[in-house]
Amino acid sequence: MEAVRTQDVGVNDLPWKIEYDRDRCTMCGSCVASCSFQAIKASVERKSITRSEGREPKPLHEHSAIPVIKQVASLTDFCRGCGMCEKVCPNNAIRPVRNPDTRKSLLSRDNGPIKRGGRTNLSAGRTLDHIIVGRISQMTDPSLDSARHTFDIRAPFGRVLSSKELPFAVVDGKLVKKGHTPPVQYIYPLIFSDMSIGALSTRAWEAVALAVGYLNEKCHLPVRMSSGEGGMPVKLLQSEYLKYFIIQIASGHFGWNRIIKAIPYMVTDPAGVLIKIGQGAKPGDGGLLPSAKVAEHIQAIRGVPKATLSSPPNHQGLYSIEESVQKMHLSMNAAFGFRVPVAIKCAASSTSVSVYNNLLRDPYKICGGFFLDGIQGGTGAANEISLDHTGHPVVSKIRDCYLSAVEQGLQGQIPLYGGGGIGMTGNAAADAFKMMCLGASGVFVGKVLIQLLGCVGNEQGRCNACNTGRCPTGICTQDPRLVKRLDIDRGAQKIVDYVLAFDAELKKLMAPIGNSTLPIGRSDALVSTDKAIADKLGIQYVC
Amino acid sequence: MCRIGSIKSRTPIQPSTALRLMLPQQEGHDNSGFAMVLQDLYGIFSGYKDKPLLSLSCTQKGAQLVEDYMDAHNFVQIAEWLPVPVKTPGLSIQAMPYYIFRNYDYPEDAVKMTEREKEDLLLDTRLALRKILEESGQGFVYSFWPDVLTLKEIGDPSDIATYFRLWEDNGCLAAKSIVAQCRQNTNYAIVRYAAHPFFLQGYTLCANGENTFYTKNKEFQKSLHRGYIGFESDSQCFLNTLHYVHHELQWPLGYYKHVITPLPFEEIEEREDREVLTGIRQSLANLEINGPNTVIGVLPDARMITCCDSKKLRPVVVGRDENMVAISSEVCGINEIMPNRDMTQDIYPNEREVVIIGNDLEVQRWRQ
Repeated sequence: MEAVRTQDVGVNDLPWKIEYDRDRCTMCGSCVASCSFQAIKASVERKSITRSEGREPKPLHEHSAIPVIKQVASLTDFCRGCGMCEKVCPNNAIRPVRNPDTRKSLLSRDNGPIKRGGRTNLSAGRTLDHIIVGRISQMTDPSLDSARHTFDIRAPFGRVLSSKELPFAVVDGKLVKKGHTPPVQYIYPLIFSDMSIGALSTRAWEAVALAVGYLNEKCHLPVRMSSGEGGMPVKLLQSEYLKYFIIQIASGHFGWNRIIKAIPYMVTDPAGVLIKIGQGAKPGDGGLLPSAKVAEHIQAIRGVPKATLSSPPNHQGLYSIEESVQKMHLSMNAAFGFRVPVAIKCAASSTSVSVYNNLLRDPYKICGGFFLDGIQGGTGAANEISLDHTGHPVVSKIRDCYLSAVEQGLQGQIPLYGGGGIGMTGNAAADAFKMMCLGASGVFVGKVLIQLLGCVGNEQGRCNACNTGRCPTGICTQDPRLVKRLDIDRGAQKIVDYVLAFDAELKKLMAPIGNSTLPIGRSDALVSTDKAIADKLGIQYVC
Repeated sequence: MCRIGSIKSRTPIQPSTALRLMLPQQEGHDNSGFAMVLQDLYGIFSGYKDKPLLSLSCTQKGAQLVEDYMDAHNFVQIAEWLPVPVKTPGLSIQAMPYYIFRNYDYPEDAVKMTEREKEDLLLDTRLALRKILEESGQGFVYSFWPDVLTLKEIGDPSDIATYFRLWEDNGCLAAKSIVAQCRQNTNYAIVRYAAHPFFLQGYTLCANGENTFYTKNKEFQKSLHRGYIGFESDSQCFLNTLHYVHHELQWPLGYYKHVITPLPFEEIEEREDREVLTGIRQSLANLEINGPNTVIGVLPDARMITCCDSKKLRPVVVGRDENMVAISSEVCGINEIMPNRDMTQDIYPNEREVVIIGNDLEVQRWRQ
């Protein structure tokens, strides 16, 4: 007989339970070897059978020891539901099943706040799913043919001047440019965003970068990728391909020692610089890279010892938006000779409009983009309380910023880019199109890219173990054995194929509204079946 | 769909010519109104070419409100033409009680004003009159500018012409430039201000087709200039943009086309003037049009222009003989007024050109 110990952790306390069929199992060990969380183990169960075969009861007792796969009842080595065991099992003998009775969240705060990766697990519903492209061109303004017409799918990235500020003079009946204008690049309206080397494995980062190279060189889609706050390989910094990358600087300045040293050797300018002030998944928090992921090569790129790397919540030494513009924007602009757009990324917040207004009024005209990151953005590591309980939806905030600019006649001068949950339900093109109609010049995506690489995490608590260094897909880990699971060529191909489909789908939405250029600000093309959303966004309510 | 047309002539022509240009183009229930802007006037206005001419339709009370305002602002009335309509029963027209076409002399202190200041005075006066008439619901003011007359009404164009005796060719109204259109807004509410051609500080414009970038254009234009108001029709945006590019920015005329239908990025990259074209595309992205449209315009110096959208979804044709050039949505209208012209000289402007008709009737084709 076993005694019940109330405080003991049982498998039923955990978020996922292993469903195991002993009869199908050959004890090959693949599942145990594949479980990077050590949530299952090979074990032996004692079996005791009493049976009687004759006409008269003659009980026979049989005792045997049977090898089995068993779930570990632990609050640290617990099953995350990643399903690698199921994926690897040749006999379909094992799989994780979500446990509605879990007490894990309650029990595992013994060592302080819970940390995890992924996205918010609490936010219910998405605004974008209540919006439809409802203005279809027919008769007087014919729809275009998405397959036959040509489309000019390019978005501005950089500080745009008002027409009266353009340094143009008329010479012999022609306009001639007489002075400097801020750099503006026309890029594909889908930016690969901000996942650092460190948060991602070098191989995963490389796969995304490979996709960017292919999309530009072979598919002629000027997709740009933000480095994230973790530096970049020196070889890349000194290559022609740097022009496809937006270098990020965040509050930890990780990697900038190498970047600055590489500047004299750069053969081309980067696509831009992105100053990260905040991020949608954990607004008010700086970056977090747990020491488990600070492998030797990460230490080298970032110039740090093996330790948990917590970026400060804000840029030290910056006191105000004006000061940020004057010091940080100006020095970043100066670093690249005022040839490279310098943008800023903030977590969406109820204060976003004030920040945007302030930037719009900057006299130096040096803020080249305002990136707003919503609550449904992902992260490699954060406190669960931040992930689930802080943040701000991005859709209405992009709209608010745009309309505030409209009111002042300044729309388009600092391009708005929206992110955080774009492509969450699989169709990034629809999300991007709607965001653009509401005023965004483009969108940025992160999570969807790693999901294309193979990440199985979701918003219902599956996996979300990016912070542990034990990512079962080799994407968010620096463990070389786990990283080997990732085929970067196949991963890159998956991303390329997705973006090509994105491009075709975007055209499929532009064609019915009769436009061959991006519908930035075409809110008249959208309708909503939700009255509150329609009212808030200033679009037609339909039912 | 709106059919639009214009005529520029060496000798003054009367409105019936414009009607004959437009009526053959009628399709279905299209003919729901008539509007025209006459510029470079002859007939009874010959002697007042430098005096601003006010065109309005109103009630008696509206006429009094206008008179009070003009008196209070020291405009001196020097000539007036009040059409005496033919009120035959059964005519399809929703007539206003009064149509007033009146020349004023500038207020005394205008002698010290620059041309620009005078232009602003005329605009501000028209805007003020429009506000007064709009708030009181007593009428509509269409233009207030030297040598320019505007007439707009709701109904059957042919009946409207009968009502105003335009078929009589009595010599009252004559001009070397006429822009006309025979349709009220049948898609939205019937508002007289929504009927093209529109007029602003010497610029006249009519356009057809849906402006799919209407919301973008409107949201941007609202804060560009005080004269960009109303937006009863999405086509007003084309006029505002023409005025902004040519009058406010003072860019050469050809850049209007670059603003409304910018070249694709790939083509811009291959051009010598790419820096300028990129700058324009960046800063005036909100003035782009991207739907099916044709534009016909007249400039303050009386030159006439036409161009169409970048996909040539709305066609336009330019026909000419030695005395006259006409621009029209459909060639049948030109055939009516110039049956003996050399049709091989007709121009069907392509999606990347602007056709300019000079005051000597020389036709230029500018490639974007």
